[in-house]
Amino acid sequence: MSAAKNINITLKIWRQKNANAKGSMETYKLDNVSTASSFLEMLDQLNEQLINEKKEPVAFDHDCREGICGMCSLYINGRAHGPDSGITTCQLHMRMFKDGDTIYIEPWRSKAFPVVKDLVVDRSAFDRIQQAGGFVSVNTSGNTIDANSIPIPKDDADKAFMAAACIGCGACVATCKNGSAMLFVGAKVSQYALLPQGKVEATQRVLNMVRQMDEEGFGNCTNTGACEIECPKGISLENIARMNREYLKASLK
Amino acid sequence: MKLDSKIPAGPLKDKWTDHKNHLKLVAPNNRPKIDIIVVGTGLAGASAAASLGEMGYNVKAFCFQDSPRRAHSIAAQGGINAAKNYQNDGDSVYRLFYDTIKGGDYRAREANVHRLAEVSTNIIDQCVAQGVPFAREYGGMLDNRSFGGTQVQRTFYAAGQTGQQLLLGAYSALSRQIGLGRVKMYSRHEMLELVKIDGKARGIIARDLVTGEIERHSAHAVVIASGGYGNVYFLSTNAMGSNVTAAWKIHKQGALFANPCFVQIHPTCIPVHGTNQAKLTLMSESLRNSGRIWVPKKKEDAEAIRAGKLKPTQIAEEDRDYFLERRYPAFGNLVPRDVASRAAKERCDAGYGIEANDTNEGVYLDFSTEIQNKGKQAAYAKGNHNPTPEEITKLGKAWLEEKYGNLFTMYQKITDENPYETPMKIYPAVHYTMGGVWVDYNLQSTIPGCFVAGEANFSDHGANRLGASALMQGLADGYFVLPYTISNYLADEIRTGKISTDSPEFAEAESRVKDSISKFLNNNGSKSVDYFHKKLGLIMWNKVGMARNEAGLKEAISEIAQLKEDFFKDVYVPGTNEELNPQLEKALRVADLIELGQLMAMDALQRNESCGGHFREEYQDAEGETLRDDDNFKFVGAWEYKGDDITKEELHKEELVYEEIKIAARNYK
Repeated sequence: MSAAKNINITLKIWRQKNANAKGSMETYKLDNVSTASSFLEMLDQLNEQLINEKKEPVAFDHDCREGICGMCSLYINGRAHGPDSGITTCQLHMRMFKDGDTIYIEPWRSKAFPVVKDLVVDRSAFDRIQQAGGFVSVNTSGNTIDANSIPIPKDDADKAFMAAACIGCGACVATCKNGSAMLFVGAKVSQYALLPQGKVEATQRVLNMVRQMDEEGFGNCTNTGACEIECPKGISLENIARMNREYLKASLK
Repeated sequence: MKLDSKIPAGPLKDKWTDHKNHLKLVAPNNRPKIDIIVVGTGLAGASAAASLGEMGYNVKAFCFQDSPRRAHSIAAQGGINAAKNYQNDGDSVYRLFYDTIKGGDYRAREANVHRLAEVSTNIIDQCVAQGVPFAREYGGMLDNRSFGGTQVQRTFYAAGQTGQQLLLGAYSALSRQIGLGRVKMYSRHEMLELVKIDGKARGIIARDLVTGEIERHSAHAVVIASGGYGNVYFLSTNAMGSNVTAAWKIHKQGALFANPCFVQIHPTCIPVHGTNQAKLTLMSESLRNSGRIWVPKKKEDAEAIRAGKLKPTQIAEEDRDYFLERRYPAFGNLVPRDVASRAAKERCDAGYGIEANDTNEGVYLDFSTEIQNKGKQAAYAKGNHNPTPEEITKLGKAWLEEKYGNLFTMYQKITDENPYETPMKIYPAVHYTMGGVWVDYNLQSTIPGCFVAGEANFSDHGANRLGASALMQGLADGYFVLPYTISNYLADEIRTGKISTDSPEFAEAESRVKDSISKFLNNNGSKSVDYFHKKLGLIMWNKVGMARNEAGLKEAISEIAQLKEDFFKDVYVPGTNEELNPQLEKALRVADLIELGQLMAMDALQRNESCGGHFREEYQDAEGETLRDDDNFKFVGAWEYKGDDITKEELHKEELVYEEIKIAARNYK
């Protein structure tokens, strides 16, 4: 392990009072940041400093701080979740930065994700897409069939799991030049398309989810592939292709 | 107050079935006339809200996160237990029941735990039907693994993301109900008060975290599923927002709080790195299927490692102390969490810790043996009966990657070390709270109409929870218990009609909330909320942590009293109410955590025994094992709020009756 040391940095952070206010980039100096700290612990340190100076701390979304809840976001130096791959912002560590660095921090930028305050955005569009069809219509009962009564090929189960690993953070949308949500929706459609339990409602599901996605103001997919590169969970572009096939099949019915 | 657990009569194995058969029902045409509030959208809350919505009730669900999918159940890694016996290793409902009671060190209710074991199998069926992609074998059947405190393989999993997959399953069911208009979702909302009318729970006061608006919501029943209170220690594996506020508010309104001192310190977390650290990261217990825990046998080796002069891989096999295998040969590395945590602490206290931080607290979790074993097996499976050492190592690492890949990556990102090449460094950290709001068999608190589910209640894990049982309990409560028991309560509410929010009770509750908010915003103190939270955390970790004693607990009680006074005098909360204000949210939560911390110390002080996660140094045997006192402490300790001074709370005892299991000393040797 490389020994931790302290660095001094300059931060350029997007500040915006609320959804209707005009925002701007503000500059902050922060000294003695341990390289063993996570990026969000660095922001905690900045906020502690601001509070002690009786200034308003920076609002940012975060919760689990272990890369799974999908709450944290942040565009850091022009990249969703910052300069490392396969991670969320909360898993980014300050050892990725050098003494004297200037770091730019912005919220997700997308029409469908309006800014709530500072670095916090509204991603409820994702919830509404899920509500339109991201489920199997099975009620709670103690009497569904035994879990092992339908064997599922391991390969299908594994692929469904890899699609289901999406954490709904929105990095795919933020990083896409079109602000497209196809990777997010494709992952959900794929999870169910790959499993026998999802097949019954496959037609309706893909049509409803895509309709909702379009209504929310997300852009179209032009196969750039930036979403796959920035996805912290490595969700594959194959899922978009699978959704397109499902959509075509459903449209022809 | 006499605590009535309402445990049904009759033989243990028939209690739940008989009880269900006799519970009152609400007819489908009456359900739309009834409102239910669910606070929290983790496994318990989301599954309850979805199931109640499906039944036709009007449900309002609340979460403080920006989406219900983010509740901290999502971070559970290892798995979920169920008595399916798919592996034909002798598992059964009885065995799951027995393991859980024993694992809880005989401080849980037999009837509740048996019910949990009974419905465990339904949970797996339900989740698979929802499209939860559990891990499978090549034949297409579900795969299982082992967890601590058991000798069977009953844990279902989805890589190291089981909690995520189960929560997304419950979230999908919830989303379906939201889409159908049967559940109304309030994200970025925090419950700040319970409203009682004529002694019954009739609604809540919630704050819209974006606009600051204080809202009144009425209902015929309120379900609290707000999770655990591990953040009282500041550093824990809980999410940053996890808090006790909803549970504490109902406590202050008359719900008893049970066994607050029962806290689970999880043995395998990444050690603390520095003073600016905000949270600790768990490495799943499932890793103990494959990893062996050790420290050097010689103190000088441990010192050399800490000084950076020696690497763990340079320590010869005979110079390693696999202390769990040595002390507990029958269960080895898979002893329950409390046992494993204490054993690690014992070695570090004795000077064998390997982490180069202030406290030297760290032990190794080593995968090299498993790499060899699984590598050989994989080579054989490919028909290679004479593999080279390189081939074995390569195949072994590939096997580990498939099973635990995401955990290994997570570890590497945090520590900058490669666990495929060098052992992981781990140390215990606060993880789960067995204590919580006291509930009867129907999951109803001592406030009529106020139900509590999941980690927020106290009911199923006694003094120590076994791995992969939290997910099981959350979903059991939400999918398979509450829908029945809450209907039984609501059967008497079909004539009540819509509950108005214009009553004086709502106005009073609202003004209590507004008062506390304006007090914080106008306090003009000098220190941040975190300053006080960290202080609380240190008191709790040092004096109400893994090892406790009378003197330390008494100190903790008075230190927290002082801290509470200082907090209200000197905390500085910037900003206003009418905006997104994370510091204000935190201040409101920390105020409740401080009071709870004091109660935890009081509970630990009254419990003059060691059991499960509660280890009192005065009560141990010559080998450092816990000494329970069943004659005097075989009870649930439930505290009644008596006003602002927490030290005035009154203890009520619910005697635990063991009809089925012969109570004995826990033995994992």
